[in-house]
Amino acid sequence: MMAEPRQRFSIDFAAGRSYNQPRKDTTMSGHDRSRRAFLRQSLSGLGAAWAIANAGGIAEAAAFAQQSARAATPQAFTFFTAAQAADVEAMAAQIIPTDSTPGAREAHVIVFIDRILSTFEKDAQGDYTKGLAELSANTRRRSPAAASFAALSSADQIAVLTAIEKTPFFNLVRTHTVTGFFAAPVHGGNAGKAGWQLVRYDDSLNHRPPFGYYDALPDSTSR
Amino acid sequence: MAQFSPSTEVDFVVIGSGAAGGIMARQLSMGGFTVVVLEQGGWGKYGKEHEYTKDEYLNENGGLDYQLMSDPVRQPNTFRRTDAENATPGSHSYGCVVGGGTVTYGGSSWRHLPWEFNEATVTGGVRGTGLQDWPLTYAELEPYYVQAEWEMGISGMRVDSPFVAPMSKDYPVPPVALKASGALMKTGASKLGLTVVRGPLAVISKDYQGRSGCVNCGMCSGFGCHVKARSSSAVTMLPQAEKTGRCEIRARAYVHEISVDAAGACTGVVYFDAEKRTVRQRAKAVILSANGTESARLLLLSKSARFPNGLANSNDVVGRYLMLGNTVSANALFEHELNDYKGLVTGAAIVDYVPSDPARGFYGGGRMTARGFDTPINYALRGLSPGTARWGAAYKQALRDEANHKMTITSFLTQLPLATNRVDLDPDVKDAWGLPAMRITSQSHADDIRNMEFFRQKALDVLQAAGATKVWAGPVNDARGSAHNRGSCRMGTDPKSSVVNGHHRAHDVPNLFVVDGSNLVTGGRNHPTMTIQALAFRAAEHIAKAAKGGTLARL
Repeated sequence: MMAEPRQRFSIDFAAGRSYNQPRKDTTMSGHDRSRRAFLRQSLSGLGAAWAIANAGGIAEAAAFAQQSARAATPQAFTFFTAAQAADVEAMAAQIIPTDSTPGAREAHVIVFIDRILSTFEKDAQGDYTKGLAELSANTRRRSPAAASFAALSSADQIAVLTAIEKTPFFNLVRTHTVTGFFAAPVHGGNAGKAGWQLVRYDDSLNHRPPFGYYDALPDSTSR
Repeated sequence: MAQFSPSTEVDFVVIGSGAAGGIMARQLSMGGFTVVVLEQGGWGKYGKEHEYTKDEYLNENGGLDYQLMSDPVRQPNTFRRTDAENATPGSHSYGCVVGGGTVTYGGSSWRHLPWEFNEATVTGGVRGTGLQDWPLTYAELEPYYVQAEWEMGISGMRVDSPFVAPMSKDYPVPPVALKASGALMKTGASKLGLTVVRGPLAVISKDYQGRSGCVNCGMCSGFGCHVKARSSSAVTMLPQAEKTGRCEIRARAYVHEISVDAAGACTGVVYFDAEKRTVRQRAKAVILSANGTESARLLLLSKSARFPNGLANSNDVVGRYLMLGNTVSANALFEHELNDYKGLVTGAAIVDYVPSDPARGFYGGGRMTARGFDTPINYALRGLSPGTARWGAAYKQALRDEANHKMTITSFLTQLPLATNRVDLDPDVKDAWGLPAMRITSQSHADDIRNMEFFRQKALDVLQAAGATKVWAGPVNDARGSAHNRGSCRMGTDPKSSVVNGHHRAHDVPNLFVVDGSNLVTGGRNHPTMTIQALAFRAAEHIAKAAKGGTLARL
């Protein structure tokens, strides 16, 4: 089973929290792969900020961002084919759907995922290639006439995803969708800060107390 | 910064640049000695802290420049509960950058209480454990606590309480903001007759010694501080050490041997530089401040004809009595928004259960801290309450509903020192340099587990009393790795049962000093950094005196 990326806990919180044993990952091979697998599986936390990616990842991502900003029309995908991108975007849009507020689609989560698969998380490319092929097979089993997962009705998409929601591939896409929806917009997703608005996150990085309701109550700090 | 040739015999090599190493480097270089600091990790954003990212994705994925913790793949470790088990891959990780764990830590800076230095006597001991009195008293260490608080810059509020260490001098900086989680903890505690105090923190709440006060950015623990408000070794001790012109810091210097001569005295160290070249640095004395697990490992790696079981290990105590540090958490949702993602991770604590109480039926105590730390990605991936959907419309609605409504109480707990809990060298697994990996063997005492269950329930009680709409807590699990590792080179007066004496000098090696969390005889309430820092100031003073008096090379 592929797990979510490591939890970032505070250093002193993490001290002594339970450390689940990393589970054996059968989908990965090679050093970089095992490194990433370790990260995903490890619950060591500890505020770990250490590297996963190639050191050039930042520069590549920055260059990509500049290029995208200059482009008048949407950038062609770097890793995905158009058909793959449509399927991944459809998955993302089911994971964080559009309701009265933007979902993964409007937040351009697909741009985030495509970009990290070309930069920080190149080693997950194979998981997508394989996972999307399986998704197509699942789609055909459910609806032999369907052209693609993206072409299914929303109800059928949900049914297909519900059947695979415990798989490593689904969890990988969930993790990337959620990460892209809430990561800084510079990485391609969270367009218009849609993710941060959903959870009422103020990204000013400069706050003055009181921060919330309870510390603003009279005498809350003097008692 | 000074630069020394490795063939030059400097006065001191300091291995590690964290909570203890930074202080040793500063105090010894200011005392007139030449010092080379060898740090296993990289520079981070040392000297250009404004470049520390507040980008949650980049902080975890950004490449070597952002690597602030040890790399569990290049520096693997293994874990087992008991000697009878085969070790499997472990997840122990610790600060690994110039400044060590102080660059990213939450900053809790509690002193040990006076009776924590002779708790074996106070409690009558616990059969079958290594619970022992320290070779020094609180009164002896108190002036160095003051020194550490004022030199580092600790925010806090002095209180008169039997559950908090008495102080001869106030904190230099007032406490940081009490967050909503702290206010709610007060509400719950007051209904249960418990005492909440403001937590001392190594984050300055206002400008101090040329550094600017905290701006409550919220991307705190786990991130480097971009305004230098966190009082890390990297923005306090190390720049001051460099300024003396007698201290050189070398990053990515991975020491794998402390060398000794035929007479059994240290002659220097051997390390791999960033290009994996072998470098020998000569020194008159060695200060080992590599942390409560790596210091023991390095001693065990330093085998010689004279010390076949590892340096300073003639008694087979090196690595033993390891205390990884147990915590237990409980969470709650409240009706109104807390917005606890702003500000520091914590700022308030319930201290009534710090002492052990025989009436509870087991040995153990702890400190309950109020906290909230949900950065957006972390919250959305794993911060929702149990039973909520993981994807789809219901997931999105839960994200919306629960955002900023949560707080956590994490209790930091005692852990009994056991000879069987230890660091040693894995017989099979090697690190990326070909050296034996660290193997951790650890299983908490039954009393530690009962203590965890006690605090798990107390935290749920406080959250309920505070008016929570929903509370939850996972099962208790003792630690398998931690940044609060302690005890593996314990100090003591008896050379048979300790590694260093009361002034940190190895019983076996006259010019070797171990100064870090590994010295702690008992773990306190799992908030070790301030005690490590006070010990370092005291050790540096003693070592400087010995060096000036010409007694460095003999016991």
